[in-house]
Amino acid sequence: MASHSAVLSMSRLLSPFRGGLLGNPTKVFGTTLTSHRNKTLLTGDNIPPPAKYGGRHTVTLIPGDGIGPELLNHVREVFRFSCVPVDFEVVHVNSALETDSDMDNAITAIRRNGVALKGNIETKHTLPPSVKSRNNVLRTSLDLYANVMHCQSLPGVQTRHKNIDIIIIRENTEGEYSSLEHESVSGVVECLKIITRNNSLRIADYAFRLAREKGRRRVTAVHKANIMKLGDGLFLQCCREVASGYPEITFDSMIVDNTTMQLVSKPQQFDVMVMPNLYGNVVSNVCAGLVGGPGLVPGANYGQAYAVFETATRNTGKSIADKNIANPTAMLLASCMMLDHLQLYDYASLIRNAVLTTMNETRLHTADLGGQGTTSEVVQSIMRIIQSKGQLISEF
Amino acid sequence: MTARFLPGSLRRLFCSWSSRLPPAQYGGRHTVTLIPGDGIGPELAQHVQDMFRICCVPVDFEVIDIDSTKASEVDINNAIIAIKRNRVALKGNIETNHDSPPSYKSRNCLLRTALDLYANVMHCQSLPGVRTRHENINITIIRENTEGEYSSLEHESVPGVVECLKIITRTKSLRIADYAFRTARENGRGRVTAVHKANIMKLSDGLFLECCKEVASGYPEITFDTMIVDNTAMQLVSRPQQFEVMVMPNLYGNVVSNVCAGLVGGPGLVPGANYGKEYAVFEMGTRNTGKDIAKHDTANPTAMLLASCLLLDHLRLHHYASTIRRAVLSTVTETQMLTPDLGGHSSTSEVVQCIMNAVQNPTKHLKDRCRST
Repeated sequence: MASHSAVLSMSRLLSPFRGGLLGNPTKVFGTTLTSHRNKTLLTGDNIPPPAKYGGRHTVTLIPGDGIGPELLNHVREVFRFSCVPVDFEVVHVNSALETDSDMDNAITAIRRNGVALKGNIETKHTLPPSVKSRNNVLRTSLDLYANVMHCQSLPGVQTRHKNIDIIIIRENTEGEYSSLEHESVSGVVECLKIITRNNSLRIADYAFRLAREKGRRRVTAVHKANIMKLGDGLFLQCCREVASGYPEITFDSMIVDNTTMQLVSKPQQFDVMVMPNLYGNVVSNVCAGLVGGPGLVPGANYGQAYAVFETATRNTGKSIADKNIANPTAMLLASCMMLDHLQLYDYASLIRNAVLTTMNETRLHTADLGGQGTTSEVVQSIMRIIQSKGQLISEF
Repeated sequence: MTARFLPGSLRRLFCSWSSRLPPAQYGGRHTVTLIPGDGIGPELAQHVQDMFRICCVPVDFEVIDIDSTKASEVDINNAIIAIKRNRVALKGNIETNHDSPPSYKSRNCLLRTALDLYANVMHCQSLPGVRTRHENINITIIRENTEGEYSSLEHESVPGVVECLKIITRTKSLRIADYAFRTARENGRGRVTAVHKANIMKLSDGLFLECCKEVASGYPEITFDTMIVDNTAMQLVSRPQQFEVMVMPNLYGNVVSNVCAGLVGGPGLVPGANYGKEYAVFEMGTRNTGKDIAKHDTANPTAMLLASCLLLDHLRLHHYASTIRRAVLSTVTETQMLTPDLGGHSSTSEVVQCIMNAVQNPTKHLKDRCRST
C-alpha cells in the first residue's frame, strides 16, 4: 500500500492549498506561474483524491469522431515527447450504436480518474429521438455544470477585431438542452426549457468567483427576459443575488440579440459573460469566430468533482477528418488546461508557450487560418520548440 | 407541388406583390396605422410623416399611441383593431419592462400573434458608403414570427424550477418554409439555408427541418442546405458572403438577424417587415427601442425611412417608394452625412433635411443639397 500512502500524504500536503485554491498560489510555485491557469473552484472537503500512482496521473481519453482521434494522437505524441507524467486510458464511443453501454463505460472511467480529455462525439440525425446526444449525456451524468471558454486575440492570427479578451461561462446541464420534448398532438411539438434556481445560483456563483480570482472587473449576464419572463427572469434574479455579494465587480445584463450585435461591432467592451445553455452556445461560437475560428480556442467543463477538457466549439470536423489539415492548437491548449488542473504547471506552460510561439512567431498556420501547413508540420514545430528549451527531452 | 400540403385558404399566402384583400383606399388615398411606440419611435415616426408630406405621398396615418407602462391591454387591442381595419401599419418598438409581472405579455408579441404575422423578413445588404469589416453581404433572413420560443408559455411547477415551452408545429413550419422558397424564387436567389439545432432538440427542430425539406423538394432549382445555429453564427462572423436566404424558427432568427444587422453597419440601417396572410406591419429590423438616445436627435432615421419605403411598395406606390429610397441611400452612401452610430456627427434632423432636399432637387449636386440651412 506504499503508493496508496504516498497518495494520501500527497493529498495531505496539497490540502492546505486546495482549501485555499482561491488564495495566493505563489506560495507553492513561485515564478513559474502563467496567467492562463484555469483551476477548478472546488471546496475543501469533497474533492476525491486524484488518480495518481507513483507520481503519474491517469486521464480518460475519449477520441470521439471526425478530427478527434488524429488530434488526440498528436496530444499523446507531444506528451510523450515532453515526458509528461500522464497516462491515458482510452475509451472509444461508437456514435452509430443505439445502446448506451459505450457511454456508460466512458462515464465510469471518468468517475474513476476524475479528469478527461475528449473529442466531440457525433450525434447522428438519422437515429431515433430516444438516442440522446452523447456529449450531453456525459455532461449531465457528471454534473459538469460550468463550461468555461476564454477567447483571446492572438497576435499572430489576422482577424478583423483586435484586443478581444472575453471569458464566457455557460450553464452546461439544463436550459434548452434538457432533451425533454414530446409530440402531444400530431404535428405540434413541445420542447421544454428548464431553468432552476439552484443551477442558476451555482453558475452565477462560479462566474463571480472566477471573475474575482482573475481580477476581472465586470460580469455581464445574457438573457431574453423580456420574452421569457419566468425562465430567464429567474436566471437574472439569481445573478443579481450573487452579484450583491461581490461589490467590487460591476454586474450588468444584456439581451441576447443586442449582445450578438455588440459582439460583431465592439467586442472589446465585454469582460466576463454568464448565460444559460443555448445563448452560451451561440455567443461562444460568435466569439470563437471573432478570434480566428474553431481551431484556436480550448474549452473546459467543470463540475464539483470532475473536469472534462475539449475544443471550445465542440466541432466534429467530419469534412476535414483524416486529411491532416485540422488545426491542433485548440486541442493542445485544452490539454494544457488539463495539465493546469492536475497542477502540473511546468509542463502546461512549456507546451502552451511552444504552441503560442508556433502560432505567433513562426506563423506556421493550418488551412483554417489561411496558411499552408499541415497538422503534422505544426506539431513537429511545437515539438522542436519544446526540445530547444532543453530541459525535458524524450530519450527515444 | 408544395401547394398540396396547404389547405386552400393558406394558398393565398401573403407576399407584397401577390393579389390579396383590397386595401383601405378611399379617394385615391391610403390609410395606414402608425404606432409610434417608445424611445426613438415617436421622433422617427414624425420624420416619416414629414417626409411623406414633402413627397405628397397619398397616405394618411391613423396614429395610435400605446402606453407601455399600463397593465391593461386596451391600448394594444385598439391598435390591433385599427390594423385590422387598415391592413397595413408602420410601428416603432413598444418597450417591455423586465420587472413587470409575467402576466404582462410583450405588446409587440401580442400584436404579431393576434394578426398572425407569421413571416419576419429582413434584408441585410452592405451599403457602399458605410464602412464595415465585411463587404458584399446580401442576406435575406426569414424568421418564423409567431411560435417557437416566443409562445410566452411558462410555469413554475415546483418552486425554483421554471419550465418554458417552445412550440413547433407542422403547419407553421410548412408555411414559413413555403414563404422562404417563394421569396427566393421571386427574387432569383439560388440557395436557402435552414438554421436549426436538431442535434439537441431532435423532435422540435427536427420537425422544422423535415418541413423545410418537404417544401424544398418542390423547388428543384433552389439549393437547400441546413446548418446548426452555432456553426451559422461562427460562419457569419468569418464569411457571411456564403449565405443568401436563411429560414429559421423564432429565437435563432432573433439572434441571426441581429448578427447580420451588426455586420452591415448597425441597427440604424436595416428595415424589417412582418407579413401575414392579410396584414403587414413594417418596423426597424432589429426592433430597438433606443431609450438612451431618445429625444437627443442622434438616432439614425435610415431604417425607419427604408421601412416606410417597404410599406409604399406593399401599397403598390412604387414610384414614391423608389424616390424616397433613392434619396435615402444616396444620402447615406454619398454625402457622408452620417449619424453617430455610423461614426458621423450629423443629427437626425440634418440627415432628414438632406434627404428631403434630395427628393425635391434630384438633379442638384450632392454637396449643394446638404449644405446646412
